[in-house]
Amino acid sequence: MSGETFDVLIIGGGIVGAACALEAVRSGLKVCVCEKGVIGAGATAAGMGHLVVMDDSEAQFALTSRSLQLWRDLADSLPVSAEYQVSGTLWVGADDEEMAEVGRKRSFYESRNVRVEVLDPRQLSEAEPHLRSGLAGGLLVPDDAVVYSPVVAKFLIDRANDAGAVLREGVTVSAIHPHGALFVDGTTVSAGVVVNATGSWSPGLTPGIPVQRRKGHLAITDRYPGFVNHQLIELGYLKNAHAVTSDSVAFNVQPRQTGQVLIGSSRQFGVDDPAIEAPMLKWMLERAVEYMPDLTGLKIIRTWTGFRAATPDSLPLIGPVEVEDGRLWLATGHEGLGITTSLGTAELLVDQILGRQSQIPTAPYFPDRSLREDIHHG
Amino acid sequence: MAERLMGDSVESDICIIGAGPAGLSAAVAALERASSVTVVDENVHPGGQIWRHDQIKGENPELRVLMNRLPRERVNLISSATVIAAPAKGRLIAETPHGATPISYQRLILATGARERFLPFPGWTLQNVTGVGGLQALVKGGLKIADQRIVIAGSGPLLLAVAAYLKQVGARVVLIAEQAPRRRLIRFGLSLFSNPARLGQALTLKRQLSGIPYLTDCYPVAADGEDKVRRVILQQGAKIWQVECDYFACSFHLLPNLELASLLNCGIEAGRVVVDNSQRTSEPDIYSAGEATGVGGLELSILEGRIAGYMASGNLPGAARLFRRRDRARRFARLLDQTFASTAVLRELPSDQTIVCRCEDVALGSLREHRSWKAAKLQSRCGMGPCQGRICGPAVEMLLGWQPDSVRPPALAARLDTLLLTAELAEGQNTQEWSKE
Ligand SMILES: Cc1cc2nc3c(=O)[nH]c(=O)nc-3n(C[C@H](O)[C@H](O)[C@H](O)COP(=O)(O)OP(=O)(O)OC[C@H]3O[C@@H](n4cnc5c(N)ncnc54)[C@H](O)[C@@H]3O)c2cc1C
Ligand SMILES: Cc1cc2nc3c(=O)[nH]c(=O)nc-3n(C[C@H](O)[C@H](O)[C@H](O)COP(=O)(O)OP(=O)(O)OC[C@H]3O[C@@H](n4cnc5c(N)ncnc54)[C@H](O)[C@@H]3O)c2cc1C
Repeated sequence: MSGETFDVLIIGGGIVGAACALEAVRSGLKVCVCEKGVIGAGATAAGMGHLVVMDDSEAQFALTSRSLQLWRDLADSLPVSAEYQVSGTLWVGADDEEMAEVGRKRSFYESRNVRVEVLDPRQLSEAEPHLRSGLAGGLLVPDDAVVYSPVVAKFLIDRANDAGAVLREGVTVSAIHPHGALFVDGTTVSAGVVVNATGSWSPGLTPGIPVQRRKGHLAITDRYPGFVNHQLIELGYLKNAHAVTSDSVAFNVQPRQTGQVLIGSSRQFGVDDPAIEAPMLKWMLERAVEYMPDLTGLKIIRTWTGFRAATPDSLPLIGPVEVEDGRLWLATGHEGLGITTSLGTAELLVDQILGRQSQIPTAPYFPDRSLREDIHHG
Repeated sequence: MAERLMGDSVESDICIIGAGPAGLSAAVAALERASSVTVVDENVHPGGQIWRHDQIKGENPELRVLMNRLPRERVNLISSATVIAAPAKGRLIAETPHGATPISYQRLILATGARERFLPFPGWTLQNVTGVGGLQALVKGGLKIADQRIVIAGSGPLLLAVAAYLKQVGARVVLIAEQAPRRRLIRFGLSLFSNPARLGQALTLKRQLSGIPYLTDCYPVAADGEDKVRRVILQQGAKIWQVECDYFACSFHLLPNLELASLLNCGIEAGRVVVDNSQRTSEPDIYSAGEATGVGGLELSILEGRIAGYMASGNLPGAARLFRRRDRARRFARLLDQTFASTAVLRELPSDQTIVCRCEDVALGSLREHRSWKAAKLQSRCGMGPCQGRICGPAVEMLLGWQPDSVRPPALAARLDTLLLTAELAEGQNTQEWSKE
């Protein structure tokens, strides 16, 4: 391998690296992808796989809605085991204040041609009979979907591989520079473009980029088909998720194609240990039970944690950064949306590499945009 | 013995997990010095694998002898309670039908027994293909088996014990197929002469089984049938033939239940809990006895249980008296393991289409594509179902040489409210104790 030269070298075989590899090779570039462990076993294996159009900033909307379009284009070719399912998102409003948010969201989405439907309390409980009574209503976004992301990452990599991309699995990159990478086994790979797509590991290879690890807990139940029908998220989520400095939990429950219920989620900064933390797990489960009391009787078969790669403004870093002897490329910082936005990210990255016109403005995701710790949209 | 089914908390000086021969023997021994003990078992009835099913139709005499020595004022028997987590030192959480029960202890005895080992072959998921002990339990539970044709296959002494039982209740046991080679069994048979009691048992068993062919070096290559199993295809050397049957009972010896020991950080080697001469595990104040420390049969389980009970109650002389007998029984146990170890040919049984993981319907072929257990699990969902790899894990290990991953809470599937209580009791604890990756 030493000595071989590629157009693009992608470090990281998560869903983001995998999507970038496929997009690059399809655009005629000579590609190599390196993964230190197993394809899709990082944050991609930990995440919920909710494909969701977000409205917390124009840029977030542009990237998520473009990505959902790309997911719909991809859907037919995905294997069954990718569990792609258009379950829709149901934003749950607990009180009048949150119903005002439903109204705001509705006009935001409608004015941008995203289908939505406002549910009154009766319609809400018909849609989701296990939600507690007394909730104020909800907003259904029917075209949002769910996937099993490790299978998608592998699928994208295999496709890229078939199209000629070289895959180096089980090798750790110890350093990158604008013209290639050095591996722990002493080998090197040269490339015209080097992309750091290592998610929450990315500051390790590119020190100084504004990416922080944000830990999350999840729990999954045995099979209870029909217990939950849509991805359910409380509207308090927005307030909570934006509390960048403190820990938070939110009611965030998902139906899997297997009939299992995936229960999330928590957000924490400043923790590097992947161990389950009892207080966080308890807080998260209690929040879920507050909204869905019947969850208490379901069997939990497993709990786990994962790390999101968070940026100060909640937008990913996609594009080049200037370093001493040239430019390094980034495709990281996707926080809690990287499964959704992996496909859009790949498109934006390769557009920039090739100087192609993009479907959406690229500037909001430039790594050198001014990022102040206290700024965030929405 | 007082049976309780409630969800409130239990304090105990000595707590025993498992009400099989080892756990109950431990309780009896401990009561010679201790004023009370707690015994927890996940089943409705005490007695473990070997005795509990008899409870449905009246009591097993051996069990009655033990139970008579466990007065209800001094023994807190918590039935239908599965221990699923250890949120802090000296604390366990058991799940019962009435809620989660926190249990605190000073000394703990893990007598969690063993389960049957299954290896996949084409047709093993057909209806009426069961485990060997599994079929016995079904019959004791009321399954009508009289005049049904039964083929028993796999490995281990359990095949013989269950064949004798099924014959006695009127089933037609067509044949017993033991995968172990004949020369190993001859060596094993000779060793029985050094133990007259065992030889006596063996001869009684032989008499009971007269007329039933016992084939060695013989294993099932497939089970076949449309709606349910109709015939089994067997192989012995170069010979392959088919046998008609109504039930096919098959399992390959036993595997210690290690989930709790692993959750509690106890040392585990070669698939069993490591214990010293006094049945102490690597963790302070935690003992283990019975099949959890290695599959060795009833006598060894009882002896280990008694030693653990004596040790936990500070009765060293009581324990020391039993060491020699226990050591002798343990040598026999190791011989059992060697005799009934699976031969390499069993790895060839499943085809690429054979289901390995029954929870998630994963076929062997879709595992073979991957380089590691981690990748295979992630892509195929093998081992991600409700049993969390307890059934497919050992099969995968044998077939592909991959080590399954670690246990974390809940060690066994648990209700959400149980997990909530567990988390509450763990709050403020070092997170490593609550969950190790
Ligand atoms: C609890 C939780 C819930 C989530 N829910 C959702 C959701 O519902 N929807 C959604 O869209 N997103 C969700 N996310 C976010 C999503 O999981 C991530 O944004 C996404 O998986 C990031 O993909 P990635 O490829 O950037 O990172 P990763 O999947 O982490 O991939 C990075 C890869 O780089 C490799 N690597 C690291 N260092 C090196 C090195 N030196 N050399 C070689 N390889 C290296 C790693 O092994 C890893 O495989 C969630 C995340 C968490 C934690
Ligand atoms: C399926 C099967 C059938 C058998 N049939 C026979 C037979 O017919 N004749 C014969 O001689 N031998 C038989 N054996 C072997 C016999 O069981 C052993 O030799 C001996 O009984 C082992 O005793 P023990 O106390 O170590 O384990 P067990 O009798 O297995 O007792 C362990 C107990 O602990 C419980 N337990 C485990 N984990 C937990 C937990 N986390 N929480 C709560 N409770 C828990 C189990 O449910 C079980 O009741 C059989 C074994 C098996 C696996």
